Amino acid sequence: MIPSALSYTKAGTLDEALAAVAAGARPLAGGQSLVPMMRLRLAAPEGLVDLGGLAELVGICEDGDELAVGAMTTHRSVAADPQILASCHVVAQAASGVGSLVIRNRGTIGGSLGHADPHADLPAALLAAGGAVIVRSSRGERRIEADDLVTSYLTTSLASDELITQVRLPKGAARSAYAKFHRRAIDWSIVGVGVTIGSAGTRVAVTGVGDRPLRATGFEDVINAGGSLDEAVAQAGTGMSPLDDLDGSAEYKLHLVGVLARQAYTEASGR
Amino acid sequence: MSQTITVTVNGTAHTAEVEQRQLLVHFLRETLNLTGTHVGCDTSTCGCCTVHLNGEAILSCSLLAVQADGCAVRTVEGLQQDGVLHPIQQAFHENHGLQCGFCTPGMMMAALGVIEQHPDASDEEVREALEGNLCRCTGYQNIVAAVRSAADEMARS
Repeated sequence: MIPSALSYTKAGTLDEALAAVAAGARPLAGGQSLVPMMRLRLAAPEGLVDLGGLAELVGICEDGDELAVGAMTTHRSVAADPQILASCHVVAQAASGVGSLVIRNRGTIGGSLGHADPHADLPAALLAAGGAVIVRSSRGERRIEADDLVTSYLTTSLASDELITQVRLPKGAARSAYAKFHRRAIDWSIVGVGVTIGSAGTRVAVTGVGDRPLRATGFEDVINAGGSLDEAVAQAGTGMSPLDDLDGSAEYKLHLVGVLARQAYTEASGR
Repeated sequence: MSQTITVTVNGTAHTAEVEQRQLLVHFLRETLNLTGTHVGCDTSTCGCCTVHLNGEAILSCSLLAVQADGCAVRTVEGLQQDGVLHPIQQAFHENHGLQCGFCTPGMMMAALGVIEQHPDASDEEVREALEGNLCRCTGYQNIVAAVRSAADEMARS
């Protein structure tokens, strides 16, 4: 199929992009989720504003105790960046497993976070790392912590005139890992688990078991109280209610949460 | 809405008026009659439509033609020069890297996206380059062998 009729503009400046978004246009980042959805008519935006020409939204640099990643930085760049690999491994590892290489060449970190698919890897990885996003509108700029970013299926806490411009990754998330299970490279994760062992304790986040990425508080509470990994794994799915669907039963998905949490925690411990 | 775009395809600049909703793959196939780029699925799953955009392998079914305005696109038709097969085409032929051939253009473009930059790519890196491309005939082994052989040939020349 082909997308519904639409009006496309390519933003020459960030201000142009913000004005278009405020006027109702849907931002087009890498388009690796949005364009396929438009093709299937699952999405039919009347207006699109292409962010592909905004060089200021691409790149990775250090800023204090965080790494500042431009929203239009591709998954391939994030996955290969030495600073992210060293300081916030969970995000680089999650980026390395998104779709296939041809998708990672176009797909962006800001696009994935803004799209907020309930099976996406980046929102869970950012949540596990304890990162944040910087969003901009004509009214100014604000920071949204990963815990507050995704609110439901394909829905974030951004206002309708706001755009993610930057992703903030803590440099203290070196001991971290991301483990996922899916059938083919190009499939979404059935379940994915990110783990960060930080100075303030262990954070664990899971994708694929709810309408948004969820903290595995059962696992975190046991580990942060000094309990064993076996005890933590037994509590990994506490409070989660995944759906029975074509990917598997709820019971199977909760089993995956434990298996992948163990795998990611073990890998993070060795880093 | 329509828009006039100029896209350089296989070294030749083409200017055309396109609907803004048109996908790059349909622009290539239907406007430029370059039907070597295939549409194998409708879900960004198969990789058959892989082409190069400014030197990087991408899915032409997941890009609007207007996004390619001002860009350089390379398709499978751009591989052979003066009737001489590109090393990767020759290698697919010699290694039996295809049977029905439907996935082959996408396989070659995806593989070239990696081995042109890294002719010394490991087998693991070759398989990673092809992870988004489905083949229902070969079982992949001969495709990897063909890419390996092409990479070695390209590194020599």
